[in-house]
Amino acid sequence: MMVEYEPVIGIECHVELKTATKMFCGCRNEFGAPPNTNVCPVCLGLPGALPVPNAKALGLIVATGAAFGARIPEFSKFDRKNYFYPDMPKNYQISQYDMPLTVGGSVKYWMEDGTIKECRLTRIHLEEDTGKSTHAGSGDGRIAGSSYSLLDFNRAGVPLMECVSEPELQSPEEAIAYLESLRRTLLALGVSDVKMEEGSLRCDANVSVRLRGSAQLGTKTEIKNMNSFRSVERAIASEIERQVGVLGSGGRVVQETRGWDEINGVTHSMRSKEEAHDYRYLPDPDLVPMEITIRDVGRVAGTLPTLPWQRFERYTGEYGLGAKQATQMIDNFALANYFDRVVSLSGNPAQSSNFVLGELSRLANETGVAVADSRVAPEHLAELIALVEGKQINSKIAKELLTRTWSGAGSPAAIVEREGLAQTSDRAAIEPLVDEVLAANAKVVADYKAGKTNVLGFLVGQVMKASRGKADPALVNALMKDKLSR
Amino acid sequence: MSTGSIDIRYVATLARLALTDEEIERFGKQLGDLLGHVNALRELDVTRVPATAQVVESRNVTREDCERPCLDRERVLAQAPQRQGAFFRVPRIIAE
Amino acid sequence: MTARALIEGSAAEIAEAVRSGRASALEITEATLAHVRNVERGVGAYLTVLDELARSHATRIDQRIRAGERLPLAGVPIAVKDNMCLDGTRTTCGSKILENWIAPYSATAVARMLEAGAVPIGKANCDEFAMGSSCENSALGVTRNPYDPSRVPGGSSGGSAAAVAAFEAAIGLGSDTGGSIREPGAFCNLIGFKPTYGRVSRYGLIAFASSLDQIGPLTRTVEDAALAYDAISGYDPMDATSIDRPVEPTAHALRDDLRGLRVGIVREFDTEALGADMDRLYREAYRDLERLGAELVEVLLPTVDYGVPTYYLIAPAECSSNLARFDGVRYGLRVEGADVREMYDKTRAAGFGPEVKRRILIGTYALSSGYYDAYYVRAQKVRTLMAGDFQAAFARCDLIACPAASCPAFEFNAKSDPYSMYLMDYYTIPMALAGLPALSVPCGWVTPEGGRVPMPIGLQLTAPLFGEKLLLGGAHAYEQATKHALAHKPLLAQVNV
Repeated sequence: MMVEYEPVIGIECHVELKTATKMFCGCRNEFGAPPNTNVCPVCLGLPGALPVPNAKALGLIVATGAAFGARIPEFSKFDRKNYFYPDMPKNYQISQYDMPLTVGGSVKYWMEDGTIKECRLTRIHLEEDTGKSTHAGSGDGRIAGSSYSLLDFNRAGVPLMECVSEPELQSPEEAIAYLESLRRTLLALGVSDVKMEEGSLRCDANVSVRLRGSAQLGTKTEIKNMNSFRSVERAIASEIERQVGVLGSGGRVVQETRGWDEINGVTHSMRSKEEAHDYRYLPDPDLVPMEITIRDVGRVAGTLPTLPWQRFERYTGEYGLGAKQATQMIDNFALANYFDRVVSLSGNPAQSSNFVLGELSRLANETGVAVADSRVAPEHLAELIALVEGKQINSKIAKELLTRTWSGAGSPAAIVEREGLAQTSDRAAIEPLVDEVLAANAKVVADYKAGKTNVLGFLVGQVMKASRGKADPALVNALMKDKLSR
Repeated sequence: MSTGSIDIRYVATLARLALTDEEIERFGKQLGDLLGHVNALRELDVTRVPATAQVVESRNVTREDCERPCLDRERVLAQAPQRQGAFFRVPRIIAE
Repeated sequence: MTARALIEGSAAEIAEAVRSGRASALEITEATLAHVRNVERGVGAYLTVLDELARSHATRIDQRIRAGERLPLAGVPIAVKDNMCLDGTRTTCGSKILENWIAPYSATAVARMLEAGAVPIGKANCDEFAMGSSCENSALGVTRNPYDPSRVPGGSSGGSAAAVAAFEAAIGLGSDTGGSIREPGAFCNLIGFKPTYGRVSRYGLIAFASSLDQIGPLTRTVEDAALAYDAISGYDPMDATSIDRPVEPTAHALRDDLRGLRVGIVREFDTEALGADMDRLYREAYRDLERLGAELVEVLLPTVDYGVPTYYLIAPAECSSNLARFDGVRYGLRVEGADVREMYDKTRAAGFGPEVKRRILIGTYALSSGYYDAYYVRAQKVRTLMAGDFQAAFARCDLIACPAASCPAFEFNAKSDPYSMYLMDYYTIPMALAGLPALSVPCGWVTPEGGRVPMPIGLQLTAPLFGEKLLLGGAHAYEQATKHALAHKPLLAQVNV
């Protein structure tokens, strides 16, 4: 049946912004504070209190928009979305209706096999978060069957970014890859902690299916209550299967909100009354419009860091890294920054990634010190790479040097200089060593001549050892072959 | 603009106001009367007129991301119709 | 002069007496509180009298004076409309839903008055959530007009107006959304002054209609209105709609003539329709303006008749959203229910009076799906037209003069039909929609049909945006030349002296 139908998925994310204070008041924006301690007249919705927007939060949205190539309209405003809910102090949410801070743009993301894809964004807007309800009396903390609820307003008024994608993701895997890329980008921008487990990232999915090749969208459902990327993936897959089943048996998909049931692995209908969606938006008369000039946007765009997808493109394209390696590096900002610095100093991405992901990562694991915080500065590694490139040291010595620099022995070049470790390509110095080894291993030489050519490595190794690693392995190899063939 | 009757029950539901039958009738009539007066606005051609949300034009009024003192929790909770420990308490919420 | 005699003087006189040491703030406060005890049963201006708080403020002001501070409102007793927060005091909005709510913070305007040396005597009655024109919509008390107790003081700032008229305070803080300062000012023989929208912070003013609400003073003299305005006006970082531009002080710039000014008389406001007595008074008032040196010019406000319907869409729409927060969850009244939904419905049904419910319903309807553009957006567009009318008029004149209300204070229960009450604001709503500064100043007396005593009538003066200095200056010249306010004494204030 999956041959007949194809899914169409859109993702709507709510992201709590990383500001010092809330969106419209000076209360601390902090996770995990004792209940109802970060509250004031404004975020508690006390009579007479008025909101004043946090400039930092506005800046973060503009930066996000710029990062995703969105259009930042010159004129934007806040609206009130009216509906009653106990954890919403004013019984309206200050949000943005028809004039969001950013319009369009796209998120570039990549799949496990390294394919880079793109999903367009509808809009990004700024709003305030609600407080938190704890449902009691039902035993399992869920709203169904609870007998009362307890309210904590610490979260009420925390700046919340809503980021809505176009419905153009085509599989649960794409949806997750999109979310991963979004999360990475927001982290790179310093916009949010983006932690699903702390609720600083929450997402809903719009899912519909249609006959493969059809241009028309099917009826969509909105899936809620997913609390990890894994559950987003499972919920979407389950909902696709359900819709295909419904259509396959001649039924019709009903446009509705469905909740994800993590335990049973299914979505279930959340019935809603008609009036629940009559939000009676109106421009918030307590706030004045925002005007953002092209110059403002340019200023913000100029300060953006390198974005994860830009790195991915460069690492897998220009640098020839595998998708997995590239992703591993990208997910560790400090390491990726370190790597980029080494590449720019050394001009040798292949060697840079070898050392960073190999020896340095091993040392980091062993010692518990991050590469970027270690004593091996990017300049040290670049120096080392130059020594290897100039054949002044071989890779074995290089590894040794890294370990020593890591433990505080100073720059690799200095150690080489101090200890005379530079590789020698002096034929006159190496030839006697080769002769010595050949003489001392007559049996092995005989084996070689009898056709067991794989013993060559052993012989070369003996010469290297005798030279205390300083001999140029290529030269040793050539000399050895030459003498054995005589 | 319609001068037809208003679904006052629907509006009262949106506004979370329990109305008696007598109120529904009285308010329904009064709102109908008012809307009759309001319909006079249809006489004006406003097609090319921008809407005024605020009279005095000002833009980009914001605050710096700086902390300000919060209210004392006990003082806040002392005003609560019902509290439980450090929380406000409400009767059960029926999901909508 | 004794403290008792001083409290019938102006705020300027009281402050001067306290500053010069002729009377202490505490003496003024005690005299005012004693007078309040005497007359309050008849007037009913206050919902809460703040004896202790007033005394402690007075004591502190006396200390500040002794320490050499120069306080513009030293020891001046004030009435605060009960829709403004004053830290630690009950703040009710005249509603059952907030009957026992103690504000945990102070409104900026109130804090600025106190900082300038004023003493808070009490929280004054008002129409519930400032919705009304007679104070009859208060759920918590009846306020009578000190000039005739069978009549209303006007509204919604009726308590503040009655308090000042009955010498229970020298300055009353009121709030004006569609006329709620100017109309009670006219009904109680006072200056009722609404500044430009955004000139005075709304922080701590319990919102009725946010794009219209503005705090202003009710006083017995223009000079006092200027003193109060100078104290409360100016940008407040806590109110994003307050205007960040320098305020011109007004109290020391009051003028005594109108030479060089053009005063616009609005053609659409035909005073003949108001009856022979009122017509005569307004014609006389316009002639007085001319005698003071003003040139009278006719101006047009073509959309002015649409003011009331426009207002009764915009204000209720905003109010329906503003009043959603009264839900029995965090503060105020709660009526229990089986679930949250039932608790909301019952709490709001029990907590709000009929006028508030009516406006919440109108506003909810006007914003609801399918009607938003037809009602709310259209009203906002008409608002644009109205502001444009005024702008055009002010190209031809410096001030506009017109009636403040279509009649003097009426008797209780005289307006049973909601729309007839809404029409009380016919002359004041257009200025509110355009955000303009406007005030009412006493311009004479009429004895209403069936009335026992003459009742005051107000002339409304309006200036362009931010024209407060000119507005107060012009009103001062007119007040000083006519002295209409002094023609009669309030009946209720003289009881038991």
